[in-house]
Amino acid sequence: MKNLAMPVLHLVLLGVIIAAPFVFPDYQTQLATLWLFIIVSLTWDMTGGQMGYNSLGNIFFYGTGMYVAAVITIGLAHNVSEYTDAAGGGIFKFTSAQYYSGVVLGSIGAGLFCALSAFIIGYVTFGLRGPYFAIGTLGVAIAAGELVSNWEWVGGGQGISMPNYPGEQERLFIYFCFAVVGVILYTFLRWLYSTRFTAAINAIRDDEEKAEAMGIHTMRYKLTAWAMSAFFVGIAGAISAFQLLHFEPLETAYQTINLGIFMVVCVLLGGKGTLWGPIIGATLFHVFKEITWNYFLGWQWVALGALIVITVVYFQEGLMGWLMAKKPEWFGIRIDSKDPASKIAEAAE
Amino acid sequence: MDQILGNIDLLIQFPIVNMKIIIDGVMIGALFALAAYGLALVWGVMNVKNLAQGDFVIAGGYVAWWLSRQGVHPLLGVPAAFIVMWILGWVIYKLVISRVIERDLFTSLLATFGLAIMMAQILNLMFGSDTQSIDLNYETLHFADGLIDVPMSKLIGVCMALSLAAAVIIFMKRSRMGQAIRATAQDARAARVLGIDTEKVYAFTFSLNSAICGAAGAIIVMAWVIQPFYGITYSIRAFVIVTAAGLGNLPGVITAGLGIGAAEQYGSHIFGIGYQQAIAVLLLLLVLVIRLLLQRRKRQVLQ
Amino acid sequence: MSAIIEVSNVSKSYGGVKANSNVSMQVQKGGITGLIGPNGSGKTTLFNSIVGYHPIDKGSIKFENKEISKLQVPEIARLGLLRTFQQTRIYGAMNCVENMLISMPHRKMTFRDAFSRNNAEHIERAENLLDFVGLYEKRYLRGGSLSFGQQKLLEFAMALMNEPTVLLLDEPTAGINPTLINGLIDRLKRANSEFGITLFVIEHNMRVIMNMADHIYCLAHGEMLAEGGPDEIQNNPTVIDAYLGAH
Repeated sequence: MKNLAMPVLHLVLLGVIIAAPFVFPDYQTQLATLWLFIIVSLTWDMTGGQMGYNSLGNIFFYGTGMYVAAVITIGLAHNVSEYTDAAGGGIFKFTSAQYYSGVVLGSIGAGLFCALSAFIIGYVTFGLRGPYFAIGTLGVAIAAGELVSNWEWVGGGQGISMPNYPGEQERLFIYFCFAVVGVILYTFLRWLYSTRFTAAINAIRDDEEKAEAMGIHTMRYKLTAWAMSAFFVGIAGAISAFQLLHFEPLETAYQTINLGIFMVVCVLLGGKGTLWGPIIGATLFHVFKEITWNYFLGWQWVALGALIVITVVYFQEGLMGWLMAKKPEWFGIRIDSKDPASKIAEAAE
Repeated sequence: MDQILGNIDLLIQFPIVNMKIIIDGVMIGALFALAAYGLALVWGVMNVKNLAQGDFVIAGGYVAWWLSRQGVHPLLGVPAAFIVMWILGWVIYKLVISRVIERDLFTSLLATFGLAIMMAQILNLMFGSDTQSIDLNYETLHFADGLIDVPMSKLIGVCMALSLAAAVIIFMKRSRMGQAIRATAQDARAARVLGIDTEKVYAFTFSLNSAICGAAGAIIVMAWVIQPFYGITYSIRAFVIVTAAGLGNLPGVITAGLGIGAAEQYGSHIFGIGYQQAIAVLLLLLVLVIRLLLQRRKRQVLQ
Repeated sequence: MSAIIEVSNVSKSYGGVKANSNVSMQVQKGGITGLIGPNGSGKTTLFNSIVGYHPIDKGSIKFENKEISKLQVPEIARLGLLRTFQQTRIYGAMNCVENMLISMPHRKMTFRDAFSRNNAEHIERAENLLDFVGLYEKRYLRGGSLSFGQQKLLEFAMALMNEPTVLLLDEPTAGINPTLINGLIDRLKRANSEFGITLFVIEHNMRVIMNMADHIYCLAHGEMLAEGGPDEIQNNPTVIDAYLGAH
């Protein structure tokens, strides 16, 4: 019966995912945002938790994904430069065919472009270890935001507007876009985390020098891991672009101090280096964020900053890490062997 | 593109403009160097990479700004900011920093990043998001037929920065506390064995850093402008300087500080003022890449 | 037999101190070569020059006739020149079998191979090798919970799992309980004869190296003092002087 438990659990979850926006129609936007948090947390954990490379700049892929999707969608129908000059004003119309092809091609294009950027940026920054990597990637994200806000072709600091959804149920459409990406990502990670590749990046996390000395293709694997993570963040950014309808570089696209740091906190809250940790953490964080938004009028950002500090200082192992320490047998870790013969042999040594 | 070439052309045709840019850059660079010195101190002594460095600067600026609005003379704002930020630094040390010293480096980086966000938001709630500065109403000195103008306030600010730096350096060299700090930086365990209370040293170092930043901010608000969210750029600049100069290299920190000040001024002259922040960050990436290549030649990585 | 590692006229100094000057030596394919010398004689410097931890000032180092003195650590490792660490390095948070599976020879895999799972055959191979070093009973224990000596054995097993061409061992018996040393020597010899792995061993302990190596080099004050078979070295008066003089 045990073999059936996981498939059944996953089917139930899938049912919940599909039913949720219909059961709670008033919360469709919040649920979509929850998916966004889950996606960026899971992808952050691919490098931060599994590989030990703590990026503070993954938001770069989110922002870049938004812009790539916007440029593709607009470019398919109109001249981008004329469009941004008119600040997306009403003269520009999109047919629903143009909208949907924009969503599909824009998302894929965003994902691929971000994966490619991850390769290029990673080639430079993966020589940096530890805190230098974190600061270097943070630098990339901040620089990108500043540069894009000076780039008039994509609207500069004014930002860029996206076409409206051609139908009625826009929020439902966005929810399912995120949900599909999230489910694909989860399935992908379940497979990925069982391969040798993940064992190798775990080795990089635990002792990179040893991994190098064993001949593991450290650079190649690091780049691949980051590119895969960037691919999904780029797609999430693309969908966000369609969700927000209008975005600008510093506060929404390359929002270094908001989503850029939230994804790290989500992962830390839930537990680094596990599949479910980021998902649980993102959910906890999202709930906390929504509550503070409603009750802390004005001070919500301070509360979030405090949450970051408290999580990092006092609860860094996260929920899953805490459970692992309390109940290692749930995770198949054997601290001591039950074989009495080896105990005696050990004592005799 | 034409505009960029035109700006470069201007520099070549009128060399005196270079002079103006360099003077401007060096003056603000002195303050960058001050913040960077504080960062290097904390980094070297307790191995904490403080991403809230710039927010200490901005907070110090707001202390001086607020006092001047209450009728206190602006120049008194500098020592006041020093003292207030000293106390704040001590509180932050006790609440947060003391708990992350022994942990891995990402922890301290992230914790101070959280702190930076919190401080920026608190300042934003208290003082609003407008840029602020104190108008000293001092005259402006003119040189070279009015092509170079140096406001007295900036000159006074730079002199105050220099004297603060000199005082801190003499303190580190001569006083017992300074010796204890340097001993702890070299080997904390050995220092403990020799009876130095490293906990006290850490608290003192962090408070001192925070106070130096606060004073720098108070000077900045007199001659330049501050805004709650400017902090992160100051942090990045401090990181650029320390990464370029290395720890415990005082002449290097000063040179790099003045250099980044001048480089930013050149950059914003050539590319436009909108690129100033981007240039600070791109300089960080440039410095990291250069150091990486140098390490690679030694078959090493930057750790 | 032919030389698989060829070190010619290598010099390396730190600041003003000459750690290696004009050192030349060869590691023969299929054999066990030893490197001895008193403390501070430059053994570890030479070792690190070979595996790529620092640049050399002059000279050349060749592995299978390919110049490697300019390559980075991972590039050298991927050629099949593997090392163990004096301060043993294993993955403490993983159990022994996982440690072994991580040591699968990634340099022999294609990129697609990396995205497959380890099958029963690989696990069996890992367990066989753990059995070979005597850790079979403890295969599901976490690496970190093993004693220092057992961790050394695990690191050795991991190196074997990696199927290296040459294995460089940095003081394999340092810090090991003397009663276990004979067992380790025996296993190193068997790794050489049964798996055909060329061994290059740095050792401080004279007895160990004399029992094991078929050719020995002796360094003193950064210079190559003597070379030869175990008997020659043992009876070489300059070697004896160097050792006695250093102590």
